[in-house]
Parts: sequence; structure tokens; C-alpha cells
Amino acid sequence: MNIHEYQAKELFDRFGVPSPKGKAASTPKEAYDAAKWLDVTNLVVKAQVHAGGRGKGVFKSGFKGGVQLVDSPEAARDVAAQMLGEVLVTKQTGEAGRLVRKVIVTESVNIEREIYLAILMDRESRRPVIIASTEGGMDIEEVAAKTPEKIIRESVNPLAGLQAYQVRKLCEALGFNTTARQFGRLLHALYKLFIECDCSMVEINPVVVTTDDHVYALDAKFNFDDNALFRHPEILAMRDPEEEDPREVMASEYGLNYIGLDGNIACLVNGAGLAMATMDIIKYYGGEPANFLDVGGGATKEQVVAAFKIILGDPVVKGILVNIFGGIMDCDVIANGIVEATREVGLNLPLVVRLEGNNVEAGRLTLAGSQVALVTATTMADAAQKIVAAVK
Amino acid sequence: MSILVDETTKVLVQGITGSFGARHAQLSIDYGTQIVAGVTPAKGGQTFDHAGKKVPIYDTVSAAARESGATVSVIFVPPAYAGDAILEAVDAGLELVVCITEGIPVMDMMRVRAIMEGCKTRLVGPNCPGIVTPGRGEKSFGGCRIGISPGYIHKRGNVGVVSRSGTLTYEAVWQLTQAGYGQSTCVGIGGDPINGTSHIDVLKMFNDDPETEAIIMIGEIGGSAEEAAAEFVKQYVKKPVVGFIAGQTAPPGRRMGHAGAIISGGQGTAADKMKAMTAAGIHVVVSPAEIGAALARVIGKG
Repeated sequence: MNIHEYQAKELFDRFGVPSPKGKAASTPKEAYDAAKWLDVTNLVVKAQVHAGGRGKGVFKSGFKGGVQLVDSPEAARDVAAQMLGEVLVTKQTGEAGRLVRKVIVTESVNIEREIYLAILMDRESRRPVIIASTEGGMDIEEVAAKTPEKIIRESVNPLAGLQAYQVRKLCEALGFNTTARQFGRLLHALYKLFIECDCSMVEINPVVVTTDDHVYALDAKFNFDDNALFRHPEILAMRDPEEEDPREVMASEYGLNYIGLDGNIACLVNGAGLAMATMDIIKYYGGEPANFLDVGGGATKEQVVAAFKIILGDPVVKGILVNIFGGIMDCDVIANGIVEATREVGLNLPLVVRLEGNNVEAGRLTLAGSQVALVTATTMADAAQKIVAAVK
Repeated sequence: MSILVDETTKVLVQGITGSFGARHAQLSIDYGTQIVAGVTPAKGGQTFDHAGKKVPIYDTVSAAARESGATVSVIFVPPAYAGDAILEAVDAGLELVVCITEGIPVMDMMRVRAIMEGCKTRLVGPNCPGIVTPGRGEKSFGGCRIGISPGYIHKRGNVGVVSRSGTLTYEAVWQLTQAGYGQSTCVGIGGDPINGTSHIDVLKMFNDDPETEAIIMIGEIGGSAEEAAAEFVKQYVKKPVVGFIAGQTAPPGRRMGHAGAIISGGQGTAADKMKAMTAAGIHVVVSPAEIGAALARVIGKG
């Protein structure tokens, strides 16, 4: 799950991670009020969308730049008016762009130097790892590839937590001296936030040292562990469905895992591993999968109906492959669910169904006798070949 | 022989009165598995009745283990409480804990693994289908089924199966059984980024198990456990290994259902894993439909 910059700032404020003073605004008037409240002449107004490259982005209205420096509340209001309700296209949004519903107005700071700082859950060591670099503001993967010696890693024992000596080590390696205490406080606060909010990653690129010796987190990217959101209603409330693929939003409402892809053969599978393997076998036989869709270990009629609706919402889809390994569930129940679902959604695309498992003979008879235009298959290979042939 | 469990293994079920735990405890009893105790806090003293058996329920794992002689626990506890359930089983000194629960927060598993450091208990899972050592009866009944796998798809034999997946494992096992190749033990290690038992741990056991003649290793995108396993196979495993990696067509940066199945920063791709496995002498199949056929080829009977 992603969050907006203004929401990241709320979390920073709550945990004491210093960031420039600012406020979110939904209207030009609110932007004016925010600027007035800040009471400074060095202001920045930033469009709030879940995409990078905002500074160089262009609005569909022709207005250039999703990040603007201004010097008065009036100017903040005028710039906000150019952004709010407009669609911003950046290198990460694709041509469709993103509608800007909020801006954030903050104090702009004079930067002396920039640091890269991230904490992530390292699955190999099973520990939180702090990653830092003096090369702040750059693409960190590029830094890691070209100058790996400039990447500092510090692993934290999860039972002991971040130790003072580790902070001192990092301060030394990153060249902090007069501002070391400030950076130390930021790091402790960020680690606490990382743990308490069940983050899988938090990245600040950059942490800046200002010309007047302040340390601030300037931008932030958060990844939260979806498994832990149940105990963080305040973070779940930050979810912005407008920023997500509507098909994925609908899928999650029905307990389905859906991810849209570029191909034209949709698939509907029970279990994540088998779903990936089904995409792979479509490709193996020369087709292109249109999606990943895992209906879970079971697969009820309601889920299958919702899954078909999501699949059919993609105009590129030319055929559907259903692959169910009904280990414990009765395949006949699943077969009936599929038949009813196809009737309910009025399916008129080629459909291949491969059913295997418990009481499969009855399930196959149900499919065959259903009068629904579908093709049955016995093995995964058989199914994939049939659907690839059907869409060609 | 088999690995980890066999038909004499005594199993207790944590969360036996929940609908999911109860259903699968029944199926395991039907399969012939020795389900000797259940644990549900505040339901101690009751019994879990199925097929003429009365399985005693206890409030705590330590009491259940002490009274029943169980050495293995299977956990069906909801995600918010599963970490605690694992640690309770570890504290009770069980040899093996199999956690089926899907959706445990990663931070919880991080702490659980850190606390388990140096403990004798082995954890399999979480977010896994469990372990099956097939029996010798009809449809493999009479074996040890721990977790949620369909028992009847198995057949007793000499192929060891280790996998991160659930239904994809059933698919592979079914292919083997259809082709006439039985299994020594099938182990689902789970789809979470932090788990208890790795591919390497299981490969090592299969390599040392005289009954296991060949191994199926199923991995998926995300992390580097398969690369590490490939290195292990290259150095130590003397038996033929057939491998498959799910997610060859998965886009980067997206979590493919399993919490651990994600390509991040260019790491964890199927291509890299398949390359490492092939270089280690593993017979890697590109099509998931070829797993059974490839096994038949490498052991020369197909």
C-alpha cells in the first residue's frame, strides 16, 4: 500500500521525524490559508499523486511542473488553482496521468547537502536493515550499481532495537558532525516509525542538511506490510483507491488477488503459485497472459462471478482460462459455480476450463452438460494449448 | 523411511475448534494420522469428536504435549495470534511446528525467528499447505497428513517434494502420482518472506533419506532462497533434482498473491533462479505441466 506525501508527513510529525513545516490543501483557498499560516516567503506547492517525477511533469491543461516555488499566499493560491482538479502526467503515470485532488504547501529550505536513508525488512537476514549513502537525491539503484562502496548497510537486531553505537557509526560514515545529534534523533524516530507501523520499507531521498544547520526529511516513500494493516486502521484509512487500478480495488473487495498485465488471455486460478504457473504456461504455448488472478484455495460461486466481471472489464481480453485444482473442495460445486457465473455475466468469449481434484468426474459432467459454450481440458498443457488456439 | 514425519508421529492441533482447523483435523484423522490432542484456550477439558475418536482438548500446548505425548504441532490460529501460538509450541519443547496460517505480519515472524534462534524446535511455514508422508493404503491412506493438502492425490514412493506453494504442489504431486511415481514426503515450506524451514533444510533431509531417490523442488519469484538451494544442490546433493519456478511472466514490483512473491530492485526473478538451478545441475522445466514427465526422464523409467 502506498500513501501520499502529505500523509507521510503526518506520520513523520507523529513520530518526531523532522520535516519542513507544511499543510495539505484541497482548494486554492486552503492553499492560501496554509501559506498564510506558514508566514514565510520561501514556499513550495506540490501536487499530491502516487507517482514520482512530479517536478518535471506536465498538466494536461498545458501548465508545467507539479512542484512550484512561490513567494506569497496569493501566488500559492494561484498555483494551487492550476493544479487542483487537473490531470498531471509524469514519466511514472503513463499517458493517462493522475487527477490531482490535493496539494501540499510547505516551507522551502536551502539545501547544503543531501543524504539517502532507508530502512527495509531484509528477508535473507530476517532483520531490519538501514541503508544510507552520502549520494542523496540520486537514483539509489544506480549508485549501488556504479559505486557500491558508497552504500552503507547497518543491520539491526530486532529484539534489541537500534543501538546508540550504530547511530554513531552511521553519523561518522555519512560525515555528520555539528548536525550529528539531529540526524541521530531523526534515525531513532524513523526506526520507531518503521517498527510500530509495520513498514516493509521506508525511504527518505533525500534527508537534507540546510545551510542553517537543520536536518529534514524532504521526501518519503513508504511500503506497508499488507498482512499487518488489520492492526493499523489509521494507516489503512490513508489508502487512496482513486490512485489504484479500479479492477484491483474491486478484486480486493471480493478477497481476490488480481494484477492486470498486458496480454489478451485472462486466467482465473485457485492459489497464488498455481496462478503464476498458469500465466507461465500460457506464455510457454505462445500466448500472453492478461492478468494474475488468484481466487484463493477455495473458489466460491460469488468469487468466480466477481472474477469474471473483473476480467471482462478489460477490453483487451480475448479468451479466458480457468484452472482449478480442487484438492479438498468438491469439483462439482466449483463446476456449478463456473456455469452459473458464466450465465450471470453473459460470457461470450472463448472459455477453457480445466478442473482437477476431488470428485472431478462429476464436475466435468456438469460442465459438459451445461449448454454453456465452454471447452473442457484435462491437463494444464491441454488447457493452455486450447485457449491459445482459440484466441489466435 | 521418510523425512520429518511418518505414520507413527503424534500430532496436536492448535486451533482445533475453529472451522478451518476442525475440518482439516477431521480429514487428517480420516487419512489415518495420529491426531492425539487439540489446543484451544478456555476449551480445555472438552473433546473433539470425529469418526468414533475423542481427541482431548487442552488450554495450553505444554499440557497437551505432556498428556498426549505429541511431538508435532500444526497451527490453524488466526494471523494476529499465530506468532504467539508458534512460540507457545516452541516453549513446550515440540520437535516440529507446522504453521498453516496465512497473513501473519512480517514483523511478528521476524521476532518469532529471532526468539527461536538456538531452539531445537523446527518450524515449517507459515502460509504453507503442510507436510504429507503418504501411507501405504488405498489412495495413500494410513499416512501422516499435517495441514491442508488433499491426502488422496498422494502415493507412497521415493520422490521427495519441496515447494513454496500450495495448489501448485498438489498439481506436481498429482502429476507424479498419475505417472506412477510415489512420494517419500511432500513438504510445503510456505509463501511468506520470512519462514521457518528453507529449501536447503529440506533438500538436506531428502539427500540423507535412503527412501528418497529423486527430488522435486518448486520455487517462485522473490528473494534468493532458490539460488542458495541451487548452490547447495551443486555441492552436496547426489540425487537427481527436477525444478520449476513459478512467476516467469510476473511483472517486477508487484506482489503475486504470496507475501514473499515479489521481484524487487531487479532481484528475485524467475530467470535468475532458473539459471542458477540449471547451472547447479537441476533439471529445470519451463512448463509446469512437465514436472512429472521430467522426473520420469531423470530417473529413467519414463
